[in-house]
Order: sequence, then structure tokens, then C-alpha cells
Amino acid sequence: MSVSVLGVRHHGPGSARAVRRELERLRPDAILIEGPPEADVLVELAPGLEPPVALLAHVPGEPSRAAFWPFAVFSPEWQAIRYATSAGVPVRFCDLPAAHTLAGGDEHDDGGVPADPIGALAEAAGYDDPERWWEDVVEHRGDTPFEVIAEAMAAVREGHRPSGREAAREAYMRKTLRAALKQGFGRIAVICGAWHVPALAGPLPPATADNAVLRGLPKVKAELTWVPWTYGRLASWSGYGAGITSPGWYHHLFDAPDRPVERWLAGAAAVLRDEGLAVSSAHVIESVRLAGGLAALRGRPLAGLGEVTEAARAVLCEGDDLAVELIQRRMVVGDRLGHVSDGTPMVPLQRDLREQQRRLKLKPEALDREIDLDLRKPLDLDRSHLLHRLRLLGVEWGTPGQARGKGTFRETWTLQWRPEHDLALIEHAALGTTVAAAAARRAADLAGDGSATLAGLTSLVERCLLADLPQALPEVLAALSAKAALDTDVTQLMAALPAMVRAHRYGDVRGTSVAGLAAIVRSMLERVCVGLPVAVTGLDDDAAASLLEHVDAVHSAVALLDDAPAPPHPAADHPGPAEGAAGVGGSPRERWMGTLRGISDRQDLHGLIEGRLTRILLDSGELDDAGDRMSRAMSRGQAPARAAAWVEGFLAGGGLLLVHDPRLLGLVDDWLTGLSGDQFTDVLPLLRRTFGGFPAPERRAIGERLRATGPGAAHHAEAGPAHDLDEHRAAPAVATVLSILGRGTA
Amino acid sequence: MTVLRPHAEDQYAEELALLAKDDDRPRPPGWKLSPWAVTTYIMGDSDRITPKYVGARRIVEVAVATLATDRALLLLGVPGTAKTWLSEHLAAAVSGDSTLLVQGTAGTAEEAVRYGWNYARLLAEGPSIEALTPSPVMRAMAEGRVARVEELTRMPSDVQDALITVLSEKTLPIPELNREVQAERGFNVIATANDRDRGVNELSSALRRRFNTVVLPVPATAEEEVDIVSRRVTQLGRSLELPETTTGLEEIRRVVTVFRELRAGVTEDGRTKVKSPSGTLSTAEAISVLTNGIALAAHFGDGVLRPSDVAAGIVGAVVQEPVSDRVVWREYLETVVRERSDWRDFYRACREVS
Repeated sequence: MSVSVLGVRHHGPGSARAVRRELERLRPDAILIEGPPEADVLVELAPGLEPPVALLAHVPGEPSRAAFWPFAVFSPEWQAIRYATSAGVPVRFCDLPAAHTLAGGDEHDDGGVPADPIGALAEAAGYDDPERWWEDVVEHRGDTPFEVIAEAMAAVREGHRPSGREAAREAYMRKTLRAALKQGFGRIAVICGAWHVPALAGPLPPATADNAVLRGLPKVKAELTWVPWTYGRLASWSGYGAGITSPGWYHHLFDAPDRPVERWLAGAAAVLRDEGLAVSSAHVIESVRLAGGLAALRGRPLAGLGEVTEAARAVLCEGDDLAVELIQRRMVVGDRLGHVSDGTPMVPLQRDLREQQRRLKLKPEALDREIDLDLRKPLDLDRSHLLHRLRLLGVEWGTPGQARGKGTFRETWTLQWRPEHDLALIEHAALGTTVAAAAARRAADLAGDGSATLAGLTSLVERCLLADLPQALPEVLAALSAKAALDTDVTQLMAALPAMVRAHRYGDVRGTSVAGLAAIVRSMLERVCVGLPVAVTGLDDDAAASLLEHVDAVHSAVALLDDAPAPPHPAADHPGPAEGAAGVGGSPRERWMGTLRGISDRQDLHGLIEGRLTRILLDSGELDDAGDRMSRAMSRGQAPARAAAWVEGFLAGGGLLLVHDPRLLGLVDDWLTGLSGDQFTDVLPLLRRTFGGFPAPERRAIGERLRATGPGAAHHAEAGPAHDLDEHRAAPAVATVLSILGRGTA
Repeated sequence: MTVLRPHAEDQYAEELALLAKDDDRPRPPGWKLSPWAVTTYIMGDSDRITPKYVGARRIVEVAVATLATDRALLLLGVPGTAKTWLSEHLAAAVSGDSTLLVQGTAGTAEEAVRYGWNYARLLAEGPSIEALTPSPVMRAMAEGRVARVEELTRMPSDVQDALITVLSEKTLPIPELNREVQAERGFNVIATANDRDRGVNELSSALRRRFNTVVLPVPATAEEEVDIVSRRVTQLGRSLELPETTTGLEEIRRVVTVFRELRAGVTEDGRTKVKSPSGTLSTAEAISVLTNGIALAAHFGDGVLRPSDVAAGIVGAVVQEPVSDRVVWREYLETVVRERSDWRDFYRACREVS
């Protein structure tokens, strides 16, 4: 009867290789592995899985309580499982059951267990790569590395008394070991973190003390399953304490039969070549030499990840950080995605969806079905949220239809459930345990993707609001704000702004928290205000027209903003000398108007833009010299084409102004009648376009007004029909109109 | 010593002797010190060796390992990141001689890299080795020392390419005499180049391949940069014999912060992104802005460095390209500087000059 305790480094390829060798030598008849014992039944699925995979433990009905135990191919635990399944040896997981772990609440009190004691030893020995230390120091000493490790850990743990969770975990490990011994297994191998070796090796203490520790632990019902994992997630987080930063490198160390440095750098060269960078074999030779030289300089017998990275940087990448980044992403971390087999129990994400489908009375059906949602009803609103969330996860169960005619509180969806949707859910299982959490995580991931565009991010914000994911908003908004800051094209900012303002208002209506949004809208507007004066210079006709559309869109968006004043302005008493308006504080509207006003005074504007800005300012009551401006624009000094463009800009969207302001009409009239024949022919197409856009009654009214006053005399006429109004009789009508406009006092 | 600026090997002769005495590690052929001692010489120890380069140790280690593996070293970086400084000290420590220097300019001729002729002797005696004027590179090859090439990318491309044979074959043919100069062991080349300047001649890939590239970064943390800047500003002020001024660390910190934020494109708290202007905004420029400000404060002000003394200098350093940089600067001023309540004076001063 013998018990061998193999202390390993979690996710250590050196440990993994050693475990495999040791198991083949020991040929145990039972294997105990650190991990949740509820997973014992899941071990038989292992041959069908492709790592990286993770054991997921969750509490049914309480999806936010979950824990993951990830395994890569180079994890010693995984190698032990694979050995056991191929040799037909029973596997027992011996850590504290997930039922207790999950019941313990959020606090992860590991009682001072160092996350990576072997890594700490390696660091103390001057290694930055624990795996190279393992190879140098542990592998080449004694019969088996595990004796060395056990000795080292016994020394490290001397005088340490486990407490809290750690004590419970080790007590449970001993308890499982005792049970296995009692069942009559003769040769038992225990695979556990190196730290725990001294607690398990040697004669076991009496069971009563351990039972006392384990008595009365809180307990919940926990379920376990396998989920696919990625190296990216392995790098960021891991259930066995510290995440590992270089899964790809570890995979390589585990996989490469020999000459790991040479193979790695040759692989890096291949990655760079794929991207079209010229990397020759001579480069690889020199980088291998440099890695060796660096290791010697640092007094290390072998080059580790640090040295090969420096060598790749200096030789293969020629100092280019982007190329180094590429190697980091593709090779050091790696993009491997695991797979699980068909028989794997359902993941909580699927379970959560099933739950919600039942609650919201939406059955997954393979046939097309159209549903109509009234967002004012809570049930329909929840349905809409669910469908929007699923779309974020790439589960296109529902496709939104075109039902805009009925108002914004209605949505039409076409529902069709396809089998691949289940796969999508399993693939996203690692993102979270509920649809909402997973969708939020996914939105944040999308936002964090460097290639996201400004337009993409704005639409993502809208999608987050539609899907009611306030928890994802901070990250998305941060990405958006960073993007907006770096975008040099002010038209892109202007194009994005209206959507953000809409989202801001929509959020207000829904009661969604959009605290960050207001600040971003404000800073985007600020940037637009700073950038616009530069953007309006040197435009041709087409560019002016398209810029104008953006100006109009931003203008109407600004009108939707709250008129709260900006934070106090430290230098408000020091108005800037040039483009002064842009630096003056006040509400967003004031800043915007100030900017427009500053631009409209410039001499080098395109006629269309100047005309339009004058109109906007006039309509907002910012301008009392519109007549003078028009007169300036229409005067002989201006080229007729520019004057015509001015008129087009000024009158765009309705000629009523001309009907009601005889002075302006007079200016246009004087200008027109003063043109020579050739000049008139030149500007005729523009005028035709401008006036042709007015509704027929307006055109007629303008014509009648002109006929009534005679050529060149329009401005002498006082407003005609206005003076015989019966104010008494008009008052009720005026009051009604005002109340419709929302300004009524009656 | 009456020279204005002694060579590194003279100025730090004591430290070099000290290291050589205790150095029992293997030295590559032709080296005065072991690679390990060279690293110590550059980075300093806490005891008798002063640090020459303030920054990441790994950079120096890669540079030394490159030289030790007999590869040419290319130090790359924006202006003011101590490229020349590092190359001088490396050459001084490795071969005890930092004077074999080729300065790259638009007018550098091939003779500066290969060899020229003493025409009087050439005409009188015909071609002979005596009539030959060796370049610093040729001398370095003959003596097994390190040659330095400053501002490699400023040289015309055809002159740059003259280095290819030297670096790959380690020999310099002299066809006129039908002979060659073969490099002695210990020969190597340290080149510096600037990757963010206008008017540079890109290295051909054939030449680039023969170098290991080490990029010298701008200082990693604000503290480090403030430290470098304030030390250098004090030194410069002393050597220029400026009148004493009260230079608050606060003002230095502010200038460094502005430079760092605009250079990195993100504020120091990591919360706000800003655009980066076209200029390089190196530490060296921050130093010159401050020295300039101190001169202003000393000669025209009340002897205290105030925001208004540095504002004009900062704007001048940031706005290199009149249209786009001005937008960048205004955005920065309005979205970042204005929000900082303790930067009010500075904001006002900047608005007055921009």
C-alpha cells in the first residue's frame, strides 16, 4: 500500500510532463486530483473534450454564483485525467466540494496560501520564468522532481498553521485520501498544488480533527459541467489562483520535443511573415544567438520567455513594438479555443435562457413566427430586452422587423430557433452565467476591441440601452470617449453625436442609468465646437453640402440637450481673443451657438454654409442683424454664384421667412433684379433648386407679395394683413397653439 | 581639465579602472571589460559606480548582449532619449575609446565611412597605404574597437550602404591597392538613429538586417522624468551661469505632465484620451522649455518661475504644424487643463499666448 503525493505547479508544463512520466512509472490504481469532487462523474467525458476547457460549477437558479476550474493541455491535472481515462484508472477529485465553495459567499479567503509557491521560489532564485527554473533546478536533481518539491515546500511551510478555508480544503483532501485507502486501493497518486504536499504526505493524522474542521460548513446545491475555454481567458483569470500570463509559451514548452528556443523564434518568424514582414532565417539565427547571449549575461543557464521576447524585439521585429505585440497576442497568449462534446450537461447560460423563455412565454420554435411587442407593457419590454441581449451574443433568434409606423414603443420581431444557437450559447458560456451578464461582458469585449469604429461604438451604446445592460455601459462609454478623443475627423464626431443625444434621452425615458453618457455627449460637443472652425475652411460645393447636413443634425441634437450650464469656468473672465466663443462656458447650447456665431463672422466661408448658419442663428434669436448680413452677402462685391449659394443655404427648408419679412424679400428682389442677363443665367439653376423646393402655396404667396408691391419696392410695404387682427378673437387660438407647443400658461 | 566636455572614458576613468580591477568574468576578445561589468558601468551600482543611464535595465542588457554576440547595435528613438549618451558610454566601456565617431549628416560622404586619400601624397608617390586617410570605421576595424555612427538615418542612402560590407564581411576592400583591411576581433559598430524626425533617409532592409535594434523609450513614469528634467535643468542653469531663480518643483512637474500627456495621448490618471501633436515632445524639449522659462524669469521677471514664463515655450513646442497642432493644443487646453482647478493660472497664461 503506497501513497505518492505529486506537488505540481498549476498550469506548469514542466509539472505536467513530470506528472505524466511519474504516473506511467508508478502505475497507480487510483488517482486523486485537486478539484471539486462533484466533477468525478464528468471525468469520463474528458476524452471527447479538446482543451482548453474548464469545469464550471454553478448554483441552479442563482446563476451569479459560479466558479471555474480551467484546464489546458499543459495542466498537470489535465494530464493526470487523460492518463487515468486511457489507463482505466478511477479518478477522484479531492478538493473541497463546490457545494461548500459556492456557499462560502464572495470572500475568497485562502488563509495566506501563496498563489504560486513554485513561482515564488523561482523568483527568489533569480528566474523570471518559473518554468525554466523548474527545468534547470527541479528536473535535473534526484530521481523524481516531486521529492525536490516536497522537500522545498516542507521547508517553506515550516511553522505554518493552515486556517480558514485552507484548513478545510486540506482536511477534505485528507478525508478523500482516507476514504480511498479504506476502499482498498493499493497504489494511490495524489496530484495537488505543491503548497499542499506537506499536508498530505507522510502518515495521516487522526480523522477526528479533520471531521471537526469540516463539520457545519455552509452548503448549497451545486451543479457542474464542462465549458469551452480560451487561452485568452486563461491568461486573464484562473480558478486555481493566479492567472498565467503566457499560456501560448507554456503550450509551446509542453509541446516542443526539443530546442524550445529555436522552435519558438522560428515560429515567431513565421507569424511575422504571415503579416507580410520580411523575416529571414538569418534573422532567426541572430535572434537565437542574442537570446543565448542575454541569458549568459543574466547568469541563466537557459533562455526563458523574457530573453526570447527581447531577442525577438531586437532582431525579428527590428524594434517595432507593433510586431512584438503581434507575437505577444498570437504566440505568447495564443488564440486557441477549446471544444466540448455533445453529451456535456447544459451550461447555466442555456439554463438561464430556458428559464426566461418560460417566464416570458416565448417558446423556441424552428418555424418562423412574427411577434409584435408593445414596449409599454412590462412583459413585452422584458421580451424585447431578452431578444436584444441574445443578438449581442450572436444568437439571432429574433430578427427585428420594420414596424416603425406605429411609433417608437412598438417592435416587431421574427423568431426562429436554430440548433447553432445552442452552440453559440455554449461557446459564450465562459462570458457569464446569465444572458444579461454574458451579453454585458460581450458588449464590453466588443468595446475593448481596438478596431472598433466610432460609429460602431455609438451603435453599441444604443444596443446596450435597448438590451437594458447598464452594467456594460461604463466600459463601452469609456471606449467611446477614448475613440472620440482620438478621432481627427470632426464630421465623424458630428455624425455620432445625434445618436448619442438620442440615446441619452432614450435612457432618461427608460430610467436606465446613463450618468456617463451626459459627460461624453458634452465632451463630444466640446470637441466638435473646437474642430468645426477648422473643418469649414476650403470646402467645395459637395463637401459644404454634406457638412451642412451634419451641422443641421448636431443643431437639432443640441436642442434636445438639457440646458444645464457647464461646470464653472476658471477663466470665464478672460474671453479668448480669437474664435472667442469656443472658450466661453455656459450650457452646451450656448457653446454651440457661440461656435456657430464665431464661424458665421468669418470671411472665407462657403456661401452655402454662411447662409445656413445665418438662418440657424436667426431662427434661434441669436442674431439681430440678419438683414445687414443678407445685404452684405447679396451685395455687388460678391460673386453671383456665391450669393446664390448663400440664398440656398439661408432659405433651405422653407420660404415662409420671405413671405413674412418684407425687408429680406426686398433684399433678394433687389439683388435678383440687379443681376445682368449672363449673371442671371449663371445663378438660375441654383435659384431654381432653392425656390423649387418650397411648397407651392409658399411660392404663390411670395409671388403675390412681390406683385402687390411692385418691382424693387417690396421693402417699402408694411406687413399687410397683420394690422387688422382682432386680438380679442385670436387670443383663444393663440392659447391653444401655445399649449400644444408646451409653453401654454392657460 | 580645461576642455569643455571630456570624453566619457576620461571623465569616468576611475570607475572604469575600478571595474576592470575587480572584473574576473570572461571578457569577449578585444573587450576591456566583461559584458557583466559593462552593464554595471552603465546602470551603476549603489556604491561607487554612478548610473549613466536612467531607465530599464533590460535595454542595456540587450544592447550589451548584442555587442557581445558580435552584432552591430542600432539605438533607435525619438530625439532626447539619450541615444548618443548611451552609445558613447558603451563604446568607452567596451573598448576604452569613444572617439571613433562618424557624424551622419546630409553631407556625409563615403570617405567618412571607408577611406579618403591624402592627395598631395597620392600625386607625389602614387597609390600607397601611406597616402590613404582611414575613416574612423577603418581604424576601428584595424584596432578591434567600437566605431560609433551618429544619426545614421541622416546620411544619404548610398553612404549608409557602404556599411553593409563592413558589417557582413567584416572587411573593407581597398581595390586601388588590391588589398583589404580585415576587422580585428573586438570591432563592432554602434549606430544611433531617429525614427520620428522629418527628412530622414530610411535604412535599406539589407543594412537594417545587419543590426540588432534597441528602441530607447521615453521615461516610463512621471517621477522618473521629473527627476531627469530637474537634474538636467539645474546642471544647465549652472553651466549657462543664469542668475539664481526659485524653480518650484511644481512648475517642472506641470511641464513634464503636459509633455507626457500629449506624447502618450492620454492623461496621467488614464481617464481621458487626448490627441498627440506632430512634434516629438521629448524630455530634451521639456528641459529646454524650462531653461528658457528660467532665463525669462531671471532676466525679465521677479526671479520666480511662473506659469506665464513657460506657457509660450510650451505652446511653441507643441504647435509645430500650425493648423492641426493648434486644434490638438486647444482641445487639450479646453478638455484637460481647464478642468484642473489648481492649474488655473497656467490655463490663463496659455490662453493668453495661444
